[in-house]
Amino acid sequence: MPVETSAVLYLDGVDVSFDGFRALNGLSLVVEPGEMRAIIGPNGAGKTTMMDVVTGRTRPDSGTVLFAGVHDLSRLDEAAIAELGIGRKFQRPTVFEMHTVWDNLLLALKQRRSVFRCLTARTTAAERARLDEILGVTRLGDLRGLPAGILSHGQKQWLEIGMLLAQDPALLLVDEPVAGMTDSETEQTAMLLRDINRTRSVVVVEHDMSFVRALGVRVTVLHEGSVIAEGSLDAVSANERVVEVYLGR
Amino acid sequence: MVTRRLLVGWTGIAFLAVVVALAVLVPALNLGLPPSSRFHVPTHIVVLLGKWLCYALLAISLDLVWGYCGILSLGHGAFFALGGYAMGMYLMRQIGTRGVYGNPLLPDFMVFLNWKELPWYWYGFDQFWFAALMVMLVPGALAFLFGWFAFRSRVTGVYLSIITQALTYALLLAFFRNDMGFGGNNGLTDFREILGWGVREPGTRAALFVATCVALAGGFVAARAMVVSRLGLVLVAVRDAESRTRFLGWRVDRFKVFVFTASAVMAGIAGALYVPQVGIINPSEFAPTNSIEAVIWVAVGGRGTLVGAALGAVLVNGFKTWLTGAFPEVWLFALGALFVAVTLFLPKGILGTLGGRRRRPVPPTPTPAESRAAAE
Ligand SMILES: Nc1ncnc2c1ncn2[C@@H]1O[C@H](COP(=O)(O)OP(=O)(O)OP(=O)(O)O)[C@@H](O)[C@H]1O
Ligand SMILES: [Mg+2]
Repeated sequence: MPVETSAVLYLDGVDVSFDGFRALNGLSLVVEPGEMRAIIGPNGAGKTTMMDVVTGRTRPDSGTVLFAGVHDLSRLDEAAIAELGIGRKFQRPTVFEMHTVWDNLLLALKQRRSVFRCLTARTTAAERARLDEILGVTRLGDLRGLPAGILSHGQKQWLEIGMLLAQDPALLLVDEPVAGMTDSETEQTAMLLRDINRTRSVVVVEHDMSFVRALGVRVTVLHEGSVIAEGSLDAVSANERVVEVYLGR
Repeated sequence: MVTRRLLVGWTGIAFLAVVVALAVLVPALNLGLPPSSRFHVPTHIVVLLGKWLCYALLAISLDLVWGYCGILSLGHGAFFALGGYAMGMYLMRQIGTRGVYGNPLLPDFMVFLNWKELPWYWYGFDQFWFAALMVMLVPGALAFLFGWFAFRSRVTGVYLSIITQALTYALLLAFFRNDMGFGGNNGLTDFREILGWGVREPGTRAALFVATCVALAGGFVAARAMVVSRLGLVLVAVRDAESRTRFLGWRVDRFKVFVFTASAVMAGIAGALYVPQVGIINPSEFAPTNSIEAVIWVAVGGRGTLVGAALGAVLVNGFKTWLTGAFPEVWLFALGALFVAVTLFLPKGILGTLGGRRRRPVPPTPTPAESRAAAE
């Protein structure tokens, strides 16, 4: 069924079950262009599964998943969705451990990703400039030549954010970006995301409430695969259901 | 401008130097010196070395897919054997009327089976250029088809290894059958001439040896060019974190199909050079154990190093030649023990352990002037 929507991301009635277990249960979520949305909820609420559905890792059993109002994401695979302009940072930071920081970013960089172009591709001055810029933003400049495998947890998180930037996506899905970071790193990450949000839409999943507060954006609360509350952080914090299933514990 | 990745590193240069030295010295010492000389290299040694170098090329092709892209093929011997059969068919057709039955068109085994006509798939093999094309095309096409189905359906890991093994086993059974038209269990043999030169002449043997060295060096440089290109970055990314690579927008299946096909072509060329030197190709070349042996060469030498793979092939085969001479029955046990020992004590293989991890150069932090220039 055709849907008229101006949303960059539009989920309606999405169901996902694993061997009978309902991970997503009629999930509906609308993210407007240029918006940053924080998603919170207890462990197992389906936050990561929601990202899996959007990025093509998991196919929904039913429901609508649209990107920019026209692309039906439930029919596309991971690579096609990434090429449309949806980037993702994983909950457990996943970088290419044997590759240098530089090469990780180079692989992420928006480019024509054909086999034969890769055989002859040379890093252009413009690409170098872009990578240098990203290294600056993510403060990884001095580590550019090191294999990503030896970075600290926090540095890997930043490298993943850098890879997201290199992809130049219109929509970023960021799963628990500050897990394992110090307070000052967390603060810097919040600033970085706000900065990124000036030109791109962002969906952030996070448990760290001070971080969510620092973002200062609309919050959606998931529980058992559906949305139980939505609004400002103060509004959802006052919601009885939310207190009962999540904040109160 | 900074050149980021050297086409061949120091080990690569050393490797190429050894191959060139072999290509010059071995034929010179074989043909140029009388057999009485202390430095004379007898023809059977030329043949033995040539055989090992064909294996070295097979090992490099396997390392390309396994060491760099994580595709553990247990069926690479099939591509080697197919290349060998394509060359064997050319050599059979060069026999002409000099066969036992003197049939100008049909190879002896077909006359013996009472065949009246040459099967269609033998057409063209009287031409060297056609056979040379098939040497690459047949293994390449099979690998492409196989890869297309396997990689697009995301078959990976042990499952992929098992079906590659099944592939070579199926071909083994097929080539055993007389009605396939490839000489059944006897295979193709009794070759006379290649490009008009007698295959058993020392001069021809020396030329084949040189051709093998050229193919080995060329195969190495081609593989190296692939792994140092951006394609190589993608291959290693696929090996280490396949699904992450997909989420960046890379079509992983296409890269796998490409590298698998390229590797099969290389293996086919190795097989084609092998056959005129050993003088026979039969279905046992498809035996699953052959493919497994090739994996062990690469593991011993060090996967993901190319040079190590070639080194492993030569060392293990040298060991095999010595052992099968001294204690023929124990080879398979020795091979198994070798594999276990390498897995336990030298997981990176000889070259991976010796060479350590040399880091590839990365562009230095640009000076402000350079950044400004780059931004313009
Ligand atoms: N591939 C899978 N197979 C089976 N069950 C799964 C799978 N992926 C997720 N689940 C289950 O679905 C539920 C939702 O998981 P999900 O990872 O989306 O939760 P989450 O909200 O991200 O939790 P957390 O805050 O712990 O990261 C969990 O109960 C999980 O065990
Ligand atoms: Mg999660």
